[in-house]
Amino acid sequence: MTNALERHKYDVLVIGAGGAGLRAAVEARESGLRVAIICKSLFGKAHTVMAEGGAAASMGNANSNDNWKVHFRDTMRGGKFLNHFRMAELHAKESPDRIWELEMWGALFDRTKEGKISQRNFGGHEYPRLAHVGDRTGLELIRTMQQKIVALQQADKREHGDYESHIKVFAELTITEILKESGKIAGAYGYWRESGSEVLFEAPTVIIATGGVGKTFKITSNSWEGTGDGHALALKAGANLVDMEFLQFHPTGMVWPPSVRGILVTESVRGEGGILTNNLGERFMFKYIPDVFKDKYADNEAEADRWYEDQDNNRRPPELLPRDEVARAINSEVKAGRGTEHGGVFLDVSKRLSAEVIKKRLPSMWHQFYELAGVDITKEPMEVGPTCHYVMGGVEVEPDTAAAVGVPGLYAAGEVAGGMHGSNRLGGNSLSDLLVFGRRAGMGAAAYVKQTTAAPVSDATIAAAAARIEAPFARSGGENSYSLHAELQEVTHNLVGIIRTGAELKDAIEKIAEIRKRSANVAVTGGRKFNPGFHLAFDLDNMLLVAESTAKSAIGREESRGGHTRDDFPGMDSGWRQYNHISSFDGTQVTVRKQELPFMPKELFDLFEVDELKKYMTPEEIAKGGSN
Amino acid sequence: MARKINLRIWRGDSTNGGLQDVQVEANEGEVVLDVIHRVQATQMGDLAVRWNCKAGKCGSCSMEINGKPRLACMTQVASYGEDETITVTPLRAFPVIKDLVTDVSFNYQKAMEIPAYAPPADLKPGEARMEQVDVERSQEFRKCIECFLCQDTCHVIRDHEENKKSFAGPRFFIRIAELDMHPLDILKNRKRTAQEEHGLGMCNITKCCTEVCPEHIKITDNAIIPMKERVVDIKYDPARMFAGLLKREKRN
Repeated sequence: MTNALERHKYDVLVIGAGGAGLRAAVEARESGLRVAIICKSLFGKAHTVMAEGGAAASMGNANSNDNWKVHFRDTMRGGKFLNHFRMAELHAKESPDRIWELEMWGALFDRTKEGKISQRNFGGHEYPRLAHVGDRTGLELIRTMQQKIVALQQADKREHGDYESHIKVFAELTITEILKESGKIAGAYGYWRESGSEVLFEAPTVIIATGGVGKTFKITSNSWEGTGDGHALALKAGANLVDMEFLQFHPTGMVWPPSVRGILVTESVRGEGGILTNNLGERFMFKYIPDVFKDKYADNEAEADRWYEDQDNNRRPPELLPRDEVARAINSEVKAGRGTEHGGVFLDVSKRLSAEVIKKRLPSMWHQFYELAGVDITKEPMEVGPTCHYVMGGVEVEPDTAAAVGVPGLYAAGEVAGGMHGSNRLGGNSLSDLLVFGRRAGMGAAAYVKQTTAAPVSDATIAAAAARIEAPFARSGGENSYSLHAELQEVTHNLVGIIRTGAELKDAIEKIAEIRKRSANVAVTGGRKFNPGFHLAFDLDNMLLVAESTAKSAIGREESRGGHTRDDFPGMDSGWRQYNHISSFDGTQVTVRKQELPFMPKELFDLFEVDELKKYMTPEEIAKGGSN
Repeated sequence: MARKINLRIWRGDSTNGGLQDVQVEANEGEVVLDVIHRVQATQMGDLAVRWNCKAGKCGSCSMEINGKPRLACMTQVASYGEDETITVTPLRAFPVIKDLVTDVSFNYQKAMEIPAYAPPADLKPGEARMEQVDVERSQEFRKCIECFLCQDTCHVIRDHEENKKSFAGPRFFIRIAELDMHPLDILKNRKRTAQEEHGLGMCNITKCCTEVCPEHIKITDNAIIPMKERVVDIKYDPARMFAGLLKREKRN
């Protein structure tokens, strides 16, 4: 196969064409480099299109009291102070510029009366902060950056006579391996989905921007692409994953009919005034306000309702607590027998807003429920329940450059990178995250390229990568990748889900290892040409590594925090707050170790009231008052 | 709750292919993409179909269902009769790659040929001011999920490969209209290039594109017709023609 092998050489290889990947590609190209963008689907279809609510940025258009410090505080609180402080700081400081920049590239956000970018309320954000376009903000982001890439290609056409001279999109191509020579990044290997033929990319830098891992779980808001490819590729390339136990179960996914179970119902429904009730008609969220948030959330309906009109003199409705709190509350209500017929709770926006306003502010939600569930949300409540939505854990990176720790030339940005969101991400912070750190990854990679020389990929490395792709075709009568995937989803759903116990996690680790053993014997029917069974064989391998990392991280963390709830350790433990879990891969299995979390410097420490920090930190940490 | 349905699937590639009948279970509330996936997982492991979000937001699972261009994820099985065979075939306007997957690169090529957004040179980030009512006209077109169903159904190219070279199709007419109506875009000649370079004139406003749009964008009424009217105004405006005689109109 190698004699006819398709080869490409670039300065920067971006794996993933969602928001982070495209933003990284723009930055790298604008630094003068030649960039390849790899997308697993068609260009412009990445999971970013599913983001609905908005992008959080403290522009202060809706409330002038907002600024980066308030956003930073909200982000740290939302993450229960497990966030890497420096990432949260960069994110809060740079988000407004990233949003305004999109506008310069043609994005059309909804407007305020003064003609500025409108900002909406969201869970955990103190002020209205999310720049949005109805409830299709992700689509606007991806399309804007897709069109920015085209604009750069048009400039290249004018200058070099070829649209693709400096930036080329390789659509429907899957990367199976990141290649290294002498300990440094040398490129990547993969196959065209359409033909099944293999491709070698030689590049001194690889930016991983592959998004999430939702397809590891049975009920998820993620599309088929969310198979943890970048997490697994990074692990295998020698990078670390940080805090893989933290998964966000979005509180409101559709629950009925079964075929749409898990599809996202945007948090904007609650941001716009939607309330949650159980089958007794009780607005139950008032019962679930945790101590750390008691002073910020209303404990009665009257105050909660007044907040929509007067945010300065009332506390927020508890429906707008961070996602982990709301998801756990819904889970408890359903478990206690107070759920709906189909195992969810009711979410109702019809009582507060007119049909006309609902259709204007939540058009795709109206459409989604009307077409898929036969429910008119302007007249009746929706049935909703938790769905696996986002992984906070991811590749361990240097905050300023997005460089993967331990692998020269490797970068990661967006959902695949870890640290930014701590134990729980606030809604709206992912779209701004991918802009801020997508750009930083592009800058980091560009700086690295300029001071390094590319190592050629050796024939032995190529042969090994090619052999791996050939293997499932050589077997006959082996395991079916669809069935193994379904089994894995069953294990993660039942044993590594929203509420966990040590015994169940132990069971999960054994079962995942068992499925992994069987997956080594996956056989593929049919040829190489656009063969989904063949594609799934590789995705499955990635999901198994991710699931192993998640289960092993979860069994170690003996506390409950954010997107990790242990029934056997229900409390938050300030001792555990001082540690990240680092996953690494030795070629056979994932090992997890504790690593000290960097502590914030005094200038950031001082942004908080000491009384608040006492809820999260040990007395020794408080006494220290910052790392400097 | 589950029942057996008859599904007829086009299988093959650019060299040959044909319809194959399968029986498959369908559960309450399922969409056509669900039953295709079930066939894939249980009977035809290598059946090729594109999909991503399964929520009508990404526009990947475009195909023809009983001859109509549709998103498979937004088409309820129950919308067909109990005994009706559901026939799924690839988009007809584009070359087949395999089974239900077609080569839609035509669209990405056309996208590259439409000049990008051009803001005023002195506009600084954060300083843009636009009224909601002004952005809404373009926002309607930016709802487009690029499913290319409008391209597939458009009779200018559906059975006329020869027209593809000079015709961008409805998806790109709304892209041009979106930029043309953008409150801050300064490129002046968008309507004219729509006519002269992208084949706007070949559209005879049968509204087939509007009918199949899953986002309910009024492609014909709100984008194509207003541009056609303006093109006519520009081309046949006597005052302009007179002015043009005096001073050749600047073509930027």
